[in-house]
Amino acid sequence: MTMVTNLSIFDISGRAMAAQLVRMNTTASNMANSGTVSGNEASAFRALKPVFRTVMDGDGRATVAVDRIATSNVAPTKRHDPSHPLADKEGNVWEAAVDSAAELVEMMETARQYQNNVQVLQTAKGLISETLRLGQ
Amino acid sequence: MSSDSLFGIHATALKLREQRMGMLASNIANAATPNYKARDLDFGAALALAENGQSSEAAVSYRIPIQPSLDGNTVELATEQTAFAENALAYRSSLSFLQGRISTLSRALKGE
Repeated sequence: MTMVTNLSIFDISGRAMAAQLVRMNTTASNMANSGTVSGNEASAFRALKPVFRTVMDGDGRATVAVDRIATSNVAPTKRHDPSHPLADKEGNVWEAAVDSAAELVEMMETARQYQNNVQVLQTAKGLISETLRLGQ
Repeated sequence: MSSDSLFGIHATALKLREQRMGMLASNIANAATPNYKARDLDFGAALALAENGQSSEAAVSYRIPIQPSLDGNTVELATEQTAFAENALAYRSSLSFLQGRISTLSRALKGE
């Protein structure tokens, strides 16, 4: 948990949107690589997952940052397919370790949470400009 | 006439509403962060503290989740969004009270 000073609502929601966008990008690369195969287990694609971390400020406000992009520990699936051009000596290939259904769910959740932050931003912006017009 | 008796409770209320909005925005921002604990400001308690000139820190508490999640995150978006909407509405009502007070005074000053 890192500390920053004086987060405004724009910082909070803006940074959260950036983090959700990173999450959306990892989902996109996972989906794009979901059908790939490899000739050995080590080089087969494994799903990428962003790890989120809370960033606090002194006044009890918090936003979110991407700590790192972790690789999933789900092992690639071994498939026996001797006719495959990438097959090894035993005739095996390894399929990318991506759960397409889970990635789709992840994509929907990311989009919804991004929208929530946009909504927060719009409401806060509206209230602040109404406050600025006070007495006019 | 000090600004306190001019605007009554509404200036303090507006400040606390803004503070609560920041906390609820933080909760919504951290909806997917593992181990994040949602916090909220008890507005009534904070206002009572502010009237005695005390800081609102004692009125902040952790939210008790209805359905705790496995990753230790206690943000429930439905709860946070309703609280955020309610808080925005209350902010707006404080604003219109202030607006009313300001226009009353300016009308009196202009002698309309």
